[in-house]
Amino acid sequence: MKDVSVLIGGKAGDGINSAGTLVAQLLNYLGYAIYLYFDYPSLIRGGHNFAIIRGSEQSVGTCWNNVDFILALNNETIEQHRDKCTRETAIIFNADLVKSAGQGIPVQAILTGEKAPAIMGNSAIIGGFAKAAGIEWDVVEAVFKAHLPKEVDLNLNVAKRAYDQVENVHLVSKGIKPPRPILTGNEAIGLGMVKGGLDAYVSYPMTPSSSLLHFLAEHQERFGITVVHPENEIAVILMALGFAYAGKRSAVGTSGGGFCLMTEGLSLAGMAELPLVLVVSQRTGPSTGLPTYTAQSELQFIVHAGQGEYPRLIVAPGDAQEALFWSEIAMNMAWKFQIPSFILTDKTLSEGTYSVDPAAISDDQREESPGWSGTAPYLRYADVPSGISPLAFPGMKDAVIKVNSYAHDEAGITSEAADLVVQMTKKRLRKWEGLAEEMQQYPGINISGVPDASTALLCWGSTKGVCNEIASLLGLRVIQPVILSPFPVVKVKKAIAGVTRLIAVEENATAQLATLAGQYGIVAEERILRYDGRPFSPDDLLVKVKEMMV
Amino acid sequence: MTGRQIITDTQNTWCPGCGNFSIQHTLKNVLTKMEQEGRSLDDVVLVSGIGCHAKIADYLDINSFYALHGRTIPVATGIKLGNPRLTVICCTGDGDSYAEGLDHLIFAAKRNIDITVIIHNNRVYGLTTGQYTPTSPLGFKGKSTPSGTAEYPFNPLELMLASGATYVARAYTKKMDLLMKLVLEGIAHKGFAFIDVLQICATFFPAADYYTPRVYELSDHDPTNFASACIKAREWDYNSDARIALGTFFTRSLPCFDDKMAVHESEEKDRKQAIRELLLKRA
Repeated sequence: MKDVSVLIGGKAGDGINSAGTLVAQLLNYLGYAIYLYFDYPSLIRGGHNFAIIRGSEQSVGTCWNNVDFILALNNETIEQHRDKCTRETAIIFNADLVKSAGQGIPVQAILTGEKAPAIMGNSAIIGGFAKAAGIEWDVVEAVFKAHLPKEVDLNLNVAKRAYDQVENVHLVSKGIKPPRPILTGNEAIGLGMVKGGLDAYVSYPMTPSSSLLHFLAEHQERFGITVVHPENEIAVILMALGFAYAGKRSAVGTSGGGFCLMTEGLSLAGMAELPLVLVVSQRTGPSTGLPTYTAQSELQFIVHAGQGEYPRLIVAPGDAQEALFWSEIAMNMAWKFQIPSFILTDKTLSEGTYSVDPAAISDDQREESPGWSGTAPYLRYADVPSGISPLAFPGMKDAVIKVNSYAHDEAGITSEAADLVVQMTKKRLRKWEGLAEEMQQYPGINISGVPDASTALLCWGSTKGVCNEIASLLGLRVIQPVILSPFPVVKVKKAIAGVTRLIAVEENATAQLATLAGQYGIVAEERILRYDGRPFSPDDLLVKVKEMMV
Repeated sequence: MTGRQIITDTQNTWCPGCGNFSIQHTLKNVLTKMEQEGRSLDDVVLVSGIGCHAKIADYLDINSFYALHGRTIPVATGIKLGNPRLTVICCTGDGDSYAEGLDHLIFAAKRNIDITVIIHNNRVYGLTTGQYTPTSPLGFKGKSTPSGTAEYPFNPLELMLASGATYVARAYTKKMDLLMKLVLEGIAHKGFAFIDVLQICATFFPAADYYTPRVYELSDHDPTNFASACIKAREWDYNSDARIALGTFFTRSLPCFDDKMAVHESEEKDRKQAIRELLLKRA
């Protein structure tokens, strides 16, 4: 299988992420499926940033330790990533700043020659890489023209000078696929929500969710949505519920700490039966933790968050394609059942970049609750068999729409009558049953690797990529539930039929999915856990799984 | 809907003599007047917090969002942004919007969102049976401060002026004509309207004997003059003994948040096209 990995590193402020994206586009144009991992500390200038771009003939979502190319904008890149080099690794570096084996590019001389600003130094490095990899110049031209926002010609001139000075060293052959869109997980979530009819996105910045706020704010005119950044996460969720009451499909986005502030609003959504989508992008905790590093440690929090008992949907997509698909469903289910609906992601998925297959993107679906007949009096909480009361919105003629955080009667008037409390609790819980049944029509769980293998890895979210990679090498089954509430117990039990060893692979310290599955009698006693903020690498996981299987 | 019963048949549980009755009665008259003027009450939404005041959501037969303690204003903001044609009125308490949700009050003033905020300021927590609030006088003996509070109250009018509110007024539940006039003005005001209503709590802070001899209606005051508004607002600091001005302290016209945030909704086919274009750009 054709497979190529490129590491590009420099200091924060060097534009590593955008340079990495250009490298990704070069590989995309060569016909590879892309995965880009971006690693950066929580600071604005200085510090070490790097991106690893992997191109493969198959969809991938993880990076192996060894790389084929290192593009070094500073010495630290060489020093920090020596362990990723093999004898074949080609090193392209900025000769002004770096001493290394490999091919140095006189970046400053090129920039002076072209009278180009310092930031275009990255184009020189990318030009050098293209030549070293044997990528034809017309591909470089096409990628720069399509993906540089401005000064394309000057950037191309800079790149060409470097291109002409470097030797072919590590030829990357052409793949088979035509270029496909590449999206970060957060962008895919945004697009999925727009497909599901998003009207308003409300969010307070918090890594790693912020890039979703930025993406939707940048494109708000294009998509016809309102994007609001209020004073704090408490205002965020309450504003979103105001939008929902007014009949507008709203979503909020945050990470664990911001979500802590949202829990009273979440519980209000449960009681008042207001539809809402919540995107929670996990990072390493507790508390401020590691802001720019990954984790899968909020599953149990989100399963239980908010006082009282009420239905909720939780989906945890494993890559950008799944994020696009499930975010639309999350929006539709929120509105069909008048419930909070979670899209659970993490830093790896949110800020990782993936190829998506446009042909696999379905037509937009819009699902909603039954509407009100128009015959007054309107009962906001009409106790119908499904538990889903017909929806009306303020401004509709003769509808008096009363939503309430207190226990209430069918009209939405406060009541503390014991029998009514029981009646309305049952009404809300019937929606949970209906939701569980509704979700049967969706796959809800991915089974990959060797489907009849007796040893299986149980994973969720972005660890899908690394588990699939290991499973195909070792002949294992991979079971990845995407729907985590209502827990697809029947499907998971079916998926583990014939499994004699079930190994939970999670990026947390307490095996939260295994704990959840355990409540349904699905036992994964063996666990491989990582909780240092870094995603599993296939190298680590391979060793750990092999050790376990001895 | 026309000729609707504005009061629901829900049993009212406010204490006899509660100032909330005055505010409810005023709102009933305001709504009736709006209807007489040809406005549909279907386009009015009441948002309340939690506390004695908030029961008004159960008592008025109009669209309502009975929200959380302190959280009326962000809900109201979302509703107004979601449908700018609606008239959004917040009934909120002093515990609600001066303590638990003070941030939202300040930001609503800063944004100039076109909503009307009526503070049922009884200067005590009633429903939780008598604790001090941010506007209780220094030394107030409540159940959480049996030897008296150790902190001064703040002056909400000064705070709102400093925060950019474009309509600032004060009313008193025992001056109902003025209360009605100010609520009508607040609703008519295009922008953020703030009305601090000195409200009697019959059980935990029956302050009528203090207020009644001290209140007077502002006259010879130019409410478009910010400096005079500040001077008038500082006349009584909610603590020391002074005359208490009622009426409109300040008003000015500024663009509204809801107008500035308005986004043209796109047609479904345009949205599809937008998604297609974006995906193409990423390939």
